[in-house]
Amino acid sequence: MKITINGKEVLLVENSGRTIDSLLEELDVSQRLYVTVELNGDILDRPAYEATPVAEGDVIEFLYFMGGGSGHVD
Amino acid sequence: MLTDSQIERYSRHIILKEVGGKGQQKLFNGRVLIIGAGGLGAPIALYLAAAGVGTIGIADADDVDLSNLQRQVIHFTSDVGIPKVESARQKMQAINPDVKVNTYQEWITAANINGIIADYDFIIDGTDNFAAKFLINDACVLAGKPYSHGGILQFDGQTITVKPGESACYRCIFPEPPPKDAIPTCSQAGVIGVLPGVIGTIQATEAIKYLLGKGDLLTDRLLTYSALRMKFREVPLKRKSSCPVCGDNPTITEAKDELDALTVCDLEGA
Repeated sequence: MKITINGKEVLLVENSGRTIDSLLEELDVSQRLYVTVELNGDILDRPAYEATPVAEGDVIEFLYFMGGGSGHVD
Repeated sequence: MLTDSQIERYSRHIILKEVGGKGQQKLFNGRVLIIGAGGLGAPIALYLAAAGVGTIGIADADDVDLSNLQRQVIHFTSDVGIPKVESARQKMQAINPDVKVNTYQEWITAANINGIIADYDFIIDGTDNFAAKFLINDACVLAGKPYSHGGILQFDGQTITVKPGESACYRCIFPEPPPKDAIPTCSQAGVIGVLPGVIGTIQATEAIKYLLGKGDLLTDRLLTYSALRMKFREVPLKRKSSCPVCGDNPTITEAKDELDALTVCDLEGA
């Protein structure tokens, strides 16, 4: 199965049961519990990750939290 | 009206057809607030002052620390120990005495943010903690203030401009902050010193374009930058109807502190 992740084509072994949630685990995506997933232009709600299948040709973006700048001590 | 010396100072701006004397006057009438006088805030403050943005606010409660100097180029070795906003103000006014600098030596909180942003046309988020980033997003969206978000970590950065009610906001991407300490911070994970220069300069560019009313703002697209791969990418985005602050049925109707998200990004002041 060929999909595009963050602009790169990725070849995955065929797996008809693959979901966004299982893909995150399969690829060991960083910030897995917090990453935002955009699927074909739409940002998914986190609770939908488990039920959303990954299909041939999907364009997926993983969007990560980034801090930076100036610090603040609580 | 611009004086002769101002016409000379801004001559490389004025010669641009997108700026001209009228545009330079718009910059001079413009009011931009920079929240955070750290890695991102440093180039932003320097460039906006040099550009002749007439009123620049800068907010940060911290003092300059030795560990800041690797990337916070507005602060010098001799500034260690003095308030960052004071250090920044001195450099900005040394570059350009035309500029009025308002300093806020305090952390931005739900209690003070509305009063501070009210005085400005465009807000720039140069903070490093998610509590502040979400607070700035919410307050700007609710007040209808356009703003620029920036984030950096290690060798990667990202930025987006938000026009409230028109383009995707930070919560359209990230509905809620990560739990405290879930995401490594600059002090824990490191940051290459040139990175905030790249992202901060893009944020300053957005403020200038907004004031000029020229070009296309970085809205509805997240610009990501990898310094290691030397690649920029643009991720197209759109407003989310379920967004908790700018969606159809918002659950956030006033700025609030995200206490669970407060992180110690840099004990010495990122």
